[in-house]
Amino acid sequence: MDEFLIEIQNLKKYFPLKRGIFSKGQYVHAVDDVSVQIPSRKIFSIVGESGSGKTTFGRTILRLIEPTSGKIIYKGQDIMNLSQKEMITFRKKMQIVFQDPYNSLHPRRLVKDIIGEGLYIHEKISSNEILERVKAILKKVGLNEDHMFRYPHEFSGGQRQRIAMARALILNPEFIVLDEPTSALDVSVQATILDLLIDLKNTFSLTYLFITHNLAVVDYISDFVAVMYLGQIVEIGSKDDIFTLPSHPYTYALLSAIPDPDPKRKRSRTIPKGEIPSAVNPPQGCRFHPRCPYAKEICKRSDPAVIEASKGHFVKCHFPLR
Amino acid sequence: MKDAILTVKNLKVVFHTYRGTVHALDRINFTVLKNERFGIIGETGCGKSVTSLAIMRLIEQPGEIVEGEIVFDGKDLVKTQESILNTIRGREISMIFQEPLSSLNPVMKVGFQIGESIAKIKNTSIKSCRQEVFEALKAVDLDPTRVSNLYPHELSGGMAQRIMIAMALSSNPKLLIADEPTSALDVTIQAQIMNLLDDLVSKMNNTVILITHDLGVAAQFCDKIMIMYAGTVVEQAKTEELFDNPLHPYTKGLLKAIPKVGNRDKLTGIPGSVPDLVNPPSGCRFHPRCPYAMKICSVEKPPLTEMNPGHLVACHLYGDKNG
Repeated sequence: MDEFLIEIQNLKKYFPLKRGIFSKGQYVHAVDDVSVQIPSRKIFSIVGESGSGKTTFGRTILRLIEPTSGKIIYKGQDIMNLSQKEMITFRKKMQIVFQDPYNSLHPRRLVKDIIGEGLYIHEKISSNEILERVKAILKKVGLNEDHMFRYPHEFSGGQRQRIAMARALILNPEFIVLDEPTSALDVSVQATILDLLIDLKNTFSLTYLFITHNLAVVDYISDFVAVMYLGQIVEIGSKDDIFTLPSHPYTYALLSAIPDPDPKRKRSRTIPKGEIPSAVNPPQGCRFHPRCPYAKEICKRSDPAVIEASKGHFVKCHFPLR
Repeated sequence: MKDAILTVKNLKVVFHTYRGTVHALDRINFTVLKNERFGIIGETGCGKSVTSLAIMRLIEQPGEIVEGEIVFDGKDLVKTQESILNTIRGREISMIFQEPLSSLNPVMKVGFQIGESIAKIKNTSIKSCRQEVFEALKAVDLDPTRVSNLYPHELSGGMAQRIMIAMALSSNPKLLIADEPTSALDVTIQAQIMNLLDDLVSKMNNTVILITHDLGVAAQFCDKIMIMYAGTVVEQAKTEELFDNPLHPYTKGLLKAIPKVGNRDKLTGIPGSVPDLVNPPSGCRFHPRCPYAMKICSVEKPPLTEMNPGHLVACHLYGDKNG
């Protein structure tokens, strides 16, 4: 990890809950003090269950949701200091692809307009040039120019995700947040889209922040992995660190909970009890302690510090497994 | 050979829509044996949920069972009257759905809803079922006094699915149909629910049809798996046999397309996408996406034939054996 594209320091996002007349203001601690460094031209994955704050995290990095506090340093520049206007030009470099390709494309606009809109806003070029650029980018994502004059409903889920990718790529970004890009797709289509994402990353020297709940997909695509639980990162490291030497009990639990598509290997039955608690009143001490099979007294009282288990492999636990 | 509890013969279901007739199920055949855990696997639009609804005779307008038989315990459900069906549904065949929260009534307490289903089966009043409700909740590892007084919006997805399981199993049905029971849940909760289902079904000896798109879930739970594609059955075999020795090109493609933890071999997707069932492809419905497609594949529908004992496949590649 020598060169970082983005450095995130102590990022927090608290969503206020509706106040009652007598109750004091409460907050959903969606992202709570997260610091990560995203290396250039790598695929950095955030994995977590629903309610872990992974989507909010992805959006706050692009300032699509304004963070409560923290720093987002992009190539040495803190983008938190940019005005909204400066942010608009800055967003050329950072794009996002959403989970649901059925809702993220405007149903009444032609594909060429959906993809070309970014160019129209950011670059003063003629509509013919825009068409040329759209044509070129469609080829890169495995579609062809006939598709330009169609509407989103004429495409399958996989093809729509290709259109979303083309829309993100047309401004030549450096960084793309992929928020569960394959979760709405069938497995036979998912595999082709994952390979497309890897190819595009190599062709355009991109950096990805890949957000997903699917560990098998993470294992296939990532270079680095961060595991999120209830607004915090509990473990972070290279893909091998996480998958071969998981150190946080939660990471271990997640891995053992995946149903193995091999009938001969029966799933281990050590899965965490209970469910993910509310982010309004997260548990005291370590947030995982109510579900952790190894929890001791100290876990209930004090929030564990982040320790370096091995080089570049960090874990937030009082009693890491290794 | 064990007895069959459910035999589906030549079942054909269509939906009449403004776009035309959707051929959702194209003469499918299968048999589920007593005490078996039978998995139905397929992607979006393959007809796996329609199959389960047809078994329950819950296909409503504009859908229609055009032909075929569904023989359950000696009775053909297709020809059975609605009044008799009501004595089978919930008593002899129960069902668990994908979205547990939308299957519960939002304005009634959970305990009352479980009581209602038990009272109906036993023909008694809801009040007298209090004890049974508590036992049903205990069986699914929930705290009966607390949970029975909750409304559905106070439940998490995992708790709601436990309640659906409690309701479905309260009558000790001969056949339990679980339609994507864990697809809306997180992996750790999914593992809890599948373990629970596994324990309960082993204890009570129910026959189960598990419908899922997740090969991992099916591999861990089922004895036998049937793969469906675009309204047809393409392959059926014992779970281990299916994973060790898949025969149909679609099954092979699926197995190569799923990412697995610990296996970083290159994935290969299946080119193209699922066909529109208003105009399904002629012959074998998989032929436009099949890497081995031959001339005959677009002309003739391949019959489901037994290649090895208990291993059925519908593909022209294996046509020679049967002449």
